[in-house]
Amino acid sequence: MPNITDRVKETFRNLSPSKVGQWIQESQVYRSIFRVGVPDSDRKRMLVMLGSVFLHLHPVKVRKSGIRMRYTWCMGGITFFLFLVLTFTGLLLMFYYRPTLEYAYVDIRDLREQVPLGIMREIHRWGAHAMVIAVWLHMYRVFMTGSYKPPREFNWNVGVILLVLTLLLSFTGYLLPWDQLAIWAITVGSNMARATPFAGHEGPGAALLKLGDISLVNNASDARFALLGGRFVGEGALLRFYVLHCVGLPLVAGFLMAIHFWRIRRDGGISGPL
Amino acid sequence: MSKEESTSTVAPPAPPAPPKPAPRPPAAAKDAKVTRRSFFSWMALAWVAFTASMLAALTATTRFMFPNVLFEPPPTFKAGYPNEIQVGQVDERFKQRYAVWLVRTGFDAYANASGIFALSTVCTHLGCTPNWLEAEQKFKCPCHGSGYYKTGVNFEGPTPRPLERYAISLADDGQILVDKSRKFQQEKGEWSNPAAFLKL
Repeated sequence: MPNITDRVKETFRNLSPSKVGQWIQESQVYRSIFRVGVPDSDRKRMLVMLGSVFLHLHPVKVRKSGIRMRYTWCMGGITFFLFLVLTFTGLLLMFYYRPTLEYAYVDIRDLREQVPLGIMREIHRWGAHAMVIAVWLHMYRVFMTGSYKPPREFNWNVGVILLVLTLLLSFTGYLLPWDQLAIWAITVGSNMARATPFAGHEGPGAALLKLGDISLVNNASDARFALLGGRFVGEGALLRFYVLHCVGLPLVAGFLMAIHFWRIRRDGGISGPL
Repeated sequence: MSKEESTSTVAPPAPPAPPKPAPRPPAAAKDAKVTRRSFFSWMALAWVAFTASMLAALTATTRFMFPNVLFEPPPTFKAGYPNEIQVGQVDERFKQRYAVWLVRTGFDAYANASGIFALSTVCTHLGCTPNWLEAEQKFKCPCHGSGYYKTGVNFEGPTPRPLERYAISLADDGQILVDKSRKFQQEKGEWSNPAAFLKL
C-alpha cells in the first residue's frame, strides 16, 4: 500500500505542461470565460472578432500597408495609448488632489515632494503634451494620405471632434495646478467665450436678446459664466474645470473613440496607399 | 422522385378560396377601441409631450449651471470718501477685491473737469491685470506688455483699446459709489458721459 508521499510523488511524475493546460481548459472557470475553444479556421477567427465586445471594434483583416509604420506612423495608436496612460495616471492623481482654492496648489506640490513615485504628475503632464502632438500628427497623416475622403468622411468628422476634446482636456487640466500661469491662462482663454454668438455677453447678437432694458445675456448669464461658475476665474471655475477634466470630457471622448475605431472597420479598414 | 415531391409540397395547389366575409359595417370601426386615426392623434400628442418634457429637462439642466447666489464681491460698492484720495493719485485699495482703480486727476480732458474716475483693472488685450507703476506713471500688463497712461488710454504693447471706466457717483452719505455694471469705453466716445466721472 503506497503511503501518501508516494502518491504525491506519483502525481507529480505524471504532470506535464500539456496536462496542466488541458486541466485548465477543461475547468469551469476557464470555460465560462472562453466559451469556444481556440479558433482553428479563418471563419472561426472572424467570428471571434465579430463576437467579442473589445475585438469587434478592430478590423477582421488588416492590409499589409496598414501595419507599415512609414504609412500610418502609428499615430492613432500612440494617441490611444497615451489616453490610457493619462487615464491611469490621472486616476492616481485624484487620490491626492483636492480641487479647492485652499489645497489645489499645495496638493500639486506635495504630489511631487511628499508622495512616493513623485513623477506620476510629471508623467501625466508630459503625456498630455505628447497626446496633443500625436493627435495633430495623426490628423496630418490622415490628411496627407487622403484618408478623409469617402467613405471615411464621417470618421474624419468624429476625429475633428476628438481633436477639440483633446484640446479641451488640455485646457481644463491646465487650470488645476492653480498657479499664476494657470489662473491667467484660463482667464485669457475663457475670455474667448465672451464672444460666442448670442451666448456670450460681448458676442454678436447678444445685444439683441433684451427684455425691455434688461439684457438677457450679461456677464452673469452667458457661456463664459456657465464655464467658470462665476464672473472671473475663482473657486467655481476650479471645481467646474476639475469635473469636466476628470469625468465629463473623458466620458465623451471615450464614447467617440469607440465610434472612431469601429468606423475604421466599417469603412473598410485603414486606407491603402495612394 | 422524392425531391420532386418535396418541391411540389412547397407550393401546394391553392385550396379553395374561403367564403368571402361580408363587408364589415362601418359601425364596427367606430366600436373598435383604437382606430388608426385615434392612434395617430395619440402618437402626435405623445411626441409633443415627449419633446416638451425633453426641452424642460434641458432648460432645467442649463439653469442648474447658473446659481442663484454668487459669493463674489457685488458689482456696486462704496469706496470711501473723495478726500481720502490725493490729486494725481492712483488708489489701489479696491484693486484686489473689486478690480477697480480710483484715479483722482486735476484735469480730465474727457470730462473737461477735475475729479475721480473708476478704471477697470482688466487689460483690454486678453484680460490679465496690469500693475500701476508709480515711477513710470503708467499701467503695465505683465502678461504681454500692454501699457496704458494714467487716464487709461493705451500707448504700447498689443492692446487694441483703452481700459474701461465704470459708472461713479456720490452716495447719500458722501461716499464714492462705483457701479461696475455700467461701463464706458473711450473709443466709443463714452468717457464724456457725466456718469463716467465724478466732478469735484
